[in-house]
Amino acid sequence: MAMRSIHVQTTINGQPAEFLCEPRQSLLEVLRDVLRLTGTKEGCNDGNCGACTVEMDGRIVPACLVLGAEAEGARILTVEGIAEGGALHPVQAAFLEGAALQCGVCTPGFIVAAKVLLDANPDPTESEIRLWLANNLCRCTGYDKIVRSVQAAAKIRQETAA
Amino acid sequence: MHWIDYLRPRTLDECLDAFAEHGEAARALAGGTDLLVQMREGRRSNAVVIDVKAVEECNQLSYDDSEGLTLGAAVPCYRIYGDEAVRRHYPGLIDSVSMIGGTQIQGRASVGGNLCNASPSADAVPALIALRATCLIASSEGWRNVPVEDFCTGPGQTVLRPSEVLLALLLPPPEPGSGACYLRFIPRNEMDIAVAGAGVSVRLSGGRFADARVALAAVAPTPLLVREAGEVLKGRPVDRNALGLAGEAARAAARPISDMRGTAEYRSNLCAVLTRRALETAVQRAGGDLG
Ligand SMILES: Cc1cc2nc3c(=O)[nH]c(=O)nc-3n(C[C@H](O)[C@H](O)[C@H](O)COP(=O)(O)OP(=O)(O)OC[C@H]3O[C@@H](n4cnc5c(N)ncnc54)[C@H](O)[C@@H]3O)c2cc1C
Ligand code: FES
Ligand code: FES
Repeated sequence: MAMRSIHVQTTINGQPAEFLCEPRQSLLEVLRDVLRLTGTKEGCNDGNCGACTVEMDGRIVPACLVLGAEAEGARILTVEGIAEGGALHPVQAAFLEGAALQCGVCTPGFIVAAKVLLDANPDPTESEIRLWLANNLCRCTGYDKIVRSVQAAAKIRQETAA
Repeated sequence: MHWIDYLRPRTLDECLDAFAEHGEAARALAGGTDLLVQMREGRRSNAVVIDVKAVEECNQLSYDDSEGLTLGAAVPCYRIYGDEAVRRHYPGLIDSVSMIGGTQIQGRASVGGNLCNASPSADAVPALIALRATCLIASSEGWRNVPVEDFCTGPGQTVLRPSEVLLALLLPPPEPGSGACYLRFIPRNEMDIAVAGAGVSVRLSGGRFADARVALAAVAPTPLLVREAGEVLKGRPVDRNALGLAGEAARAAARPISDMRGTAEYRSNLCAVLTRRALETAVQRAGGDLG
């Protein structure tokens, strides 16, 4: 079989982007190894841990289970694109303030997932937050600080919107 | 992962031609939440991956009171539980698609993939069987329609021929007085594989069961339709005694194995309990009263 790379045109963090990838490369590999956007982390590489979470066309997806080739024509947001014009996103600010991280490997995934949750549901209940984040694992911090920080971020968003 | 070729046909004809051309070498890609994991682990070695997500027929989600639901094979879970008509008419399907993986998995995972992967523990399959769904299958040679309960032939095995693709699942419209439910048991709250699962549907008329279906997950080499459980309910008054008898029929039909998730005996017990509980909810949804 001809070993051909695929040329992909996409939008990453609001900017047009193009890259060459092998058909077997995941979006996670493309982000980290081709585009050098290393904010997105690899934990399990099989869909269980959520460390690789990115927003793709408005949904959160595990970048390890998306092929790079599937990014053609899509809109992708990674943790690098979350801050708004140099100012931290409320979720990022609340994670810092609430000490919602230790080693930090899970953090980009949690931040992207929480950002997309608050876009869709600006005032989630605690159980809605826990259910939404069930696909994100943290081995250091424990989930309470993370959940409280998402609640704090929801408050910040509401106050700045008011 | 081994080297693959990635194809993304834009039309059904292109898609069927690609499957005809590549045959055994090809494998369909929907959400990839089973396929990419299995390829990475070396459990599948197909050289050509055909992404079916750009094919309109695989992406339809439409409901009609006389035709029922056409559920494109590649439609991801979040679109299904986000759809008003599905929520209203098929709550038993909603039960299953909202428990597959977590939010990220549901952003990708399709019901077609859940079925074609043919895992005995697949959560959407008992719900589909209970709801009398059929599989619309196409190849460049033509079409066929197979009941979901006949689709899986063993773990990871289905009736699909190499040149065939699953286009959609067809669910008949719910009849008046009907209700359905899917329940599974997992030791955690979320993100786990069913130790056992039960998908049921009932139709009630004049305080009796006019019809019922019970299907089980994770207790046989394939998802299992338990005809005996439906038969035992038919014609009986709607009461807890009847539900108990259906539960016992499910227990008797289960052929579970013992593994790290649970012993065979435990799974058989779960079948009785889950069937009974799923029937309680289905009866409520059908507007019935258990007293
Ligand atoms: C973290 C995690 C958690 C999970 N949790 C659950 C769970 O709780 N319950 C559960 O049931 N499953 C679970 N799964 C398994 C998986 O997500 C589901 O089975 C899912 O529905 C598969 O759909 P997909 O669209 O991703 O399929 P894919 O991976 O794209 O395909 C699966 C198989 O079906 C074939 N296929 C797909 N579409 C077609 C088609 N149209 N025609 C012919 N063949 C086709 C593929 O070739 C492949 O062999 C989980 C997986 C992960 C990674
Ligand atoms: S690395 Fe993708 S889910 Fe763990
Ligand atoms: S902070 Fe280490 S995994 Fe979450």
